[in-house]
Formats: sequence, C-alpha cells, structure tokens
Amino acid sequence: MTAITADRLLTRVRDLLAAHPPATTPRTDFLRARYDAGLAWVHYPEGLGGLGAPRSLQAAVDAELEAAGAPDNDPRRIGIGLGMAAPTILAYGTEEQKHRFLRPLWVGEEVWCQLFSEPGAGSDLAALGTRAVRESGSGDWIVDGQKVWTSSAHTARWAILIARTDPALPKHQGITYFLCDMHAPGVEVRPLRQITGEAEFNEVFLTGVRIPDSHRLGAVGQGWAVARTTLMNERVSIGGMRIPREGGMIAPVATAWRERPELRTHALHQRLLELWVEAEVARLTGERLRQQLAAGQPGPEGSGMKLTFARLNQEISGLEVELLGEEGLLYDDWTMRRPEGVDFTGREAGYRYLRAKGNSIEGGTSEILLNIVAERVLGLPPEPRDDKDLAWKDLSR
Amino acid sequence: MTAPTTPVAPAAPTDLLHSGTEEELRAAVRALLTDRCDAKTVLARIETGRPHDPALWHTLAAGIGAAGLLVPEKLGGQGASHREAAVVLEELGRSVAPVPYLTSAVLATEILLGCDTPEAAPLLRELASGSTVCVPAVPLTLAPGAPLPAPVREGGAGLLSGTVTSVADAVAADVLLVLADTGLYAVPAASARLTPQVPLDLTRPLATVTLEAAAGTRLADPGTARAAVAGALLSGAGLLASEQLGLAEWCLAETVGHVRGRHQFNRPVGSFQALKHRLARLWLDVAGARAAARAAADALATAAPDAPLTVAVAQAYCSGVAVRAAEECVQLHGGIGMTWEHPAHLYLKRAKADSLALGTASHHRGLVADFAELPAP
Ligand SMILES: Cc1cc2nc3c(=O)[nH]c(=O)nc-3n(C[C@H](O)[C@H](O)[C@H](O)COP(=O)(O)OP(=O)(O)OC[C@H]3O[C@@H](n4cnc5c(N)ncnc54)[C@H](O)[C@@H]3O)c2cc1C
Repeated sequence: MTAITADRLLTRVRDLLAAHPPATTPRTDFLRARYDAGLAWVHYPEGLGGLGAPRSLQAAVDAELEAAGAPDNDPRRIGIGLGMAAPTILAYGTEEQKHRFLRPLWVGEEVWCQLFSEPGAGSDLAALGTRAVRESGSGDWIVDGQKVWTSSAHTARWAILIARTDPALPKHQGITYFLCDMHAPGVEVRPLRQITGEAEFNEVFLTGVRIPDSHRLGAVGQGWAVARTTLMNERVSIGGMRIPREGGMIAPVATAWRERPELRTHALHQRLLELWVEAEVARLTGERLRQQLAAGQPGPEGSGMKLTFARLNQEISGLEVELLGEEGLLYDDWTMRRPEGVDFTGREAGYRYLRAKGNSIEGGTSEILLNIVAERVLGLPPEPRDDKDLAWKDLSR
Repeated sequence: MTAPTTPVAPAAPTDLLHSGTEEELRAAVRALLTDRCDAKTVLARIETGRPHDPALWHTLAAGIGAAGLLVPEKLGGQGASHREAAVVLEELGRSVAPVPYLTSAVLATEILLGCDTPEAAPLLRELASGSTVCVPAVPLTLAPGAPLPAPVREGGAGLLSGTVTSVADAVAADVLLVLADTGLYAVPAASARLTPQVPLDLTRPLATVTLEAAAGTRLADPGTARAAVAGALLSGAGLLASEQLGLAEWCLAETVGHVRGRHQFNRPVGSFQALKHRLARLWLDVAGARAAARAAADALATAAPDAPLTVAVAQAYCSGVAVRAAEECVQLHGGIGMTWEHPAHLYLKRAKADSLALGTASHHRGLVADFAELPAP
C-alpha cells in the first residue's frame, strides 16, 4: 500500500463532508459514513474504519472535522471500547469478529465494559476465579462467577471478559478471553454505589451465561497474553492526549484564585504555585511523549503519566476544597445516580476531590504501576514470588 | 463552571525532542568528558585547589566549538541556539565538569550579544573561539527578575572601584564583565584582586572580586547594560535547568546500578519494594525535568513570548529534582555514599549550589505567580 499523506487524508475529509453535510445528516449516519471512509482511526486497516495511515495523522483529521462542526463519537462515554476492547479485537480477533464489532463500537451504538476484576482478584488479576466450562455438544462456553467494580456495565452492550478455563494449570496459563453479550440470560448487573454517592461502576453476576465459541478472542488458554494487550492499551490511552496550558484539574483552582481574592492566604499561595508548576511540567511531559510517539520513538515516559496524573489530580482537588473555605464544607449532590461516565468538569470541588481518589486505583493501582516502572523501565529485580509455577487451584486464597 | 482562562496563551507547539544533530553534539561532548573528565579526575583536580582544567576547556570550547554555539557565524561562532547549548550543559552536569561553560559561554556571551555594540564584537569573537574566558562579575545567586545590584562605581576616566562577592569561575577568567553605575565594562582579570572563597560546590569555584581604580573598556550604556544582563540571567536560568537534568540523570542511573548489584539480606537491595518505589518516583521526576528543561531551551531558542514563564517553570521544578536525585544517590549508596572517594558528594554539592544559582525555586515560583497572574494575597 502506498503511504498516505496528510493532504490525501484531508481531501477524503472534504469529500466526506460534501457527501454528508453535518448540519443535515443525522448523527449516527454521519459517524457510520466517517467510519466507512476510513477516517475513524486512520491507523486501522482499510475496511475497519482506517486507511493504514500513520497514527500521527489522526489529529489533523479530527481538527478538520471539528472545525466543520461534525459530531464526534463521544469518546468519554465509550472510552473502554475505544481504548481497550478495540485494540485487543484488532490484535487477536478473527476477520469476522473485527467486522462484526468494530464499527458499532466506534460509532458508539454499542458501549463496551471490562469484566476483569473480581472480589478476590484485583491487582493480582491473573488469580481470577470466574469459570468458563466448554459444553461438549454445542461447543459453547458456560460461564459462572462474579465480577466487580465494572464501570459502565449498566450501559454496556458487550464486555471483554476473562475467565478460568483450566484450574489445574498455573494461574497465568489457564485463562481464556471472551467477548460477552451483556444482554445474555444469566448476566445480572447491580449498581455499586461509590464514594461520590453515585454508581459509575457495578457488580456483575454471571450465572450459567452461554457464550458461543465464535465469541472467544484468541486461543483457549491464551487469555493472559490477550489481556496484557488490553492492559497495556489501558495505561497508554492516558498520555496521548493534548491538553492546553492550565488545562485539567488546575483550571478551576486557578480560576477561583483569580476571581476570589478573599480566599487567598500565603500558605495556600505557595501550594497553588507548586502544583501549578507541577501540572505544567506534567503537561509538557505528556506533550513530549506525544511527540516521541509521532516521531515513532515511543519512550518509557508513557508508563509514568498515569502515576503523575493520579497524584496531581488528588493533590490539586484537595487544595481546591481547602481554598473554598466554608463552601468546601458543602457537597453539590449526593443523589444516587448511574451516570454514563466520569464528570470532572461538570461537578464541584468536593466531587472532584472524592472522584480523584479512584485515579490511583482504577486501571492498575499506583503501587502496581511503580513496580512496573521499577522493573521494566529501571530494570530493578522483581519481587521474590512463589505463585508462578503452582496450579491455580492450589493457591492460597 | 467558567471556562478555563489561560493568562499566558499556550505557546506555539514546542519541540521537546532532541534532534539528530543535537544527539551528535551530545555524543562528541560525552566522549570527550568520558575520556578526560571522569569522576576520579574531577576529584583529583578539586583537591589541588585548581579545579579548572584549561586543556579540557580548550578542546570543548575550541575543538568541539561548544563555546561559540550561541554566537552568530558572522562573529566567528556556530550560529546555533539555546537548544544545542542545553545539550552541552546536560553533559557537563552529568559529569560535574569543572569548566566555565555556564559563566563564559552562556552568561557572558549573552550579555555581550545583548549589548550589540561595536566594542562588544571583538570580545565575542574571542569567546566564540574559546581563546578567552570571560565571566560576569555578579554573584552567582543573582536571579532573573530580581533588582540588579550596582556595587561598582566609576570614578572618572573609566576607572572602576567596588567589591562583588560569590563570582563563579572568576579564577579561570581572562576578562571580567563589570556592571557599574555608568554602564558595562570589560576589565582584564589581571587588574582585579581575586580572593578565592571556600565554595560548597568545589567544581564551580567562587571568588570575591575587588576593583580599586581598575581600568576597563566601556561596552554599553547603563540602560543597555542592565537589559543585557537581565536577558542573560533569563537564558542562564533556563539553561541551568539542563545542567540540573544531566546531573539528576547521572544520580538516578548510578543509584539504580548500585542497588542492583549490592546484596543485603540475601537479595539485591534493589529488589526491596520500598527502594523500587522511591527510584520509580525519582524516575518520574527526572522525566518531568527533561520535558521542562527542553521546553525552556526551546522557548529561549525560538524567542517565544512565554519564554520567561517557561524558564521560571523549569527552574522552579528542576532545582528540586536535581537536589532530590543527589540526596537519594547518597542515601541509597549507604556508607559508601558518605565517603570522599565516591563521587556522589560532588553531585550533591553541585545540585545544592545550583539550587541557589540564578534564583531559588521559590524565587522562580514567585515569577510564575506574576506571569500566570496568580497574585499573592
Ligand atoms: C473507579 C474504578 C473503576 C474501575 N473500573 C473497572 C472496570 O471497569 N473493570 C474492571 O475489571 N475493574 C475495574 N476497576 C477495578 C480496578 O482495576 C481494581 O480495583 C484495581 O486493579 C485494584 O485491585 P483491588 O481493588 O483488588 O485492590 P488490591 O489488589 O486488593 O489492593 C489493595 C492495596 O494493596 C496494594 N497492593 C496490591 N498488590 C501489591 C503489590 N504487589 N505491591 C504493593 N502494593 C500492592 C494496592 O496498591 C492497594 O493499595 C475499577 C476500579 C475503580 C476504583
């Protein structure tokens, strides 16, 4: 295939806009047409929403479409599908699976969730106990178990699921990866109210859930390798975004500082400046990472961005609550709701403070990520461990 | 909620990577320093009380052409930019090299470039060729944005008198740049009295400069001189971040290497999670310092309108990272880290002195407050 230039891509964008004027085309129709034109994720293959172009060209396409007032696919609402399910399906799926799932995923017609964590297996994800047993006649898989902290399970149509298919093997070897229909009989989603009062995540009970073998992703027993692709994508999906100077969590604090001189104290000033500087440095580090990726030289900085964002979000939102004085004693809304996504900008300081606590837990805790940096980036020796060669069924629980 | 307001508009896209040419320059400087400026050599030199190595300086300045990076080609320089000078400083920081680069090739050079007078041109040529070392006779702690001191008076006929303390690299200088009440003067170092002080950082020696009716050549009027010095302090502070980065990178790498090899309790000490997490956090800090230092160098090179903010951010951040890296280096080396033989102390002393040089982190945070419109109560 000949290399695709930015110019050719922009011509395609203009053709798309001419054939489907955003002002008069229904939203979903426009998004489908964009996918079919290969302008959804340009680095994906032709026929699957892309054109096999360099990933770095996506930004220009997005900017051109945004300028023309085209609708986007609400990436915040479908983040798990875009950031985790899609790259895994692309890497391990059959042609049939790719064609069945990627288009409605990208368009946002089908929301995805991630059925990985279990009450007994979080950081030690490979210890999971949800069973998938193959039915001899049909070849279908019957799944039983419980998942937990599942974001968006209440809006999801599909799930990426890992389950144990051979308890006699060591824990990393007996796992298989499935695409699970959230509407299948036996899938029960119960809201799990969280620290903020609302229920972004859920418990998911799986009782005799039938999954056809055609919805298995990768080989039987290969689930851990497939899951690692998902997890790697989960962690890098953060660093690639471009934010403006004073974007993110520091924005509302800086605005409050400027607009409300009565709140200022010298001690808070020092902390604000320290955090402002750190937020700016984090922005530059993310920008540097983006430039490295565009130049095709991915650096190890990527593994660090999530750690930095988690720490800063927590410290900055903590400062914001204090800065607000009496107002900081109040909370905007404790109503138990089941939102479609995280809402850091639409809510007030108390919410930001509480929700940011999850940033160092979701998608791998900060402790686990520090281990990863220490071992894979710095090359420090791994923890001594005795669970690698034991059969899963013989592990202590 | 109100939309985020950004007082200093986001800079035009900043190039935060190192180019191929910059990497070539780095390789040349690093090869030279590995060869001629290893820790043992630095330690041996500082013990003689004459830390500067004129032969090393000559190769770096003239052989590699590092002294003239900021000087335009028409004045005999390389016509390069702050980006390249920053790479040299990263390497000099990595080996705590006792050479007057920051003072002569950055601060003095920038002052002379800022004067832009016919009198300054010949001196710039000499600086660019590496044949003359010229340092500004100002305290190393003088910060951008701070009021400029004027301890030196001209008593008529270009004869200067006054005392300046903590002048870095003065003992290596051929020429001193003196900011006096009537303008900027070039004074031969031989006509000044230099009293060496005992510095915390032995690799960047300090002296008190005393002028007693010393004759100088006037290079610029007071207004031009003060603007030139202010500009040079900004560049110096921005590029110092790169020295701090190189220093921190060395400390991190050296410490990781040590804890991987050192065994206690029948395991490498680097396999203990408490240390792994500390080093992983330090690595994050160094990654941040790399981005901040590069942003400052790029902003200076492109004369970006927000360069003063970018420099203040880099200094507010990198000073602390360098000190933390050097302190962790001493601590995680245990007893060896406290010895004179191990080079860790050279890095700690340089890092701590650098944190005072050209403005402390808190001074630079104050500047951030001004530029970002986040006023004190
Ligand atoms: C807001 C939110 C959304 C989430 N969404 C999803 C989702 O959609 N799908 C999904 O599958 N999961 C989801 N999770 C689950 C998340 O991935 C897990 O909570 C996380 O991996 C940690 O596992 P755990 O809760 O079992 O904690 P544990 O593993 O029990 O950890 C407890 C504490 O011990 C520490 N710890 C554990 N092991 C080590 C070690 N080796 N060294 C040092 N410290 C260690 C941890 O860092 C933590 O501080 C979500 C979590 C949150 C908070």
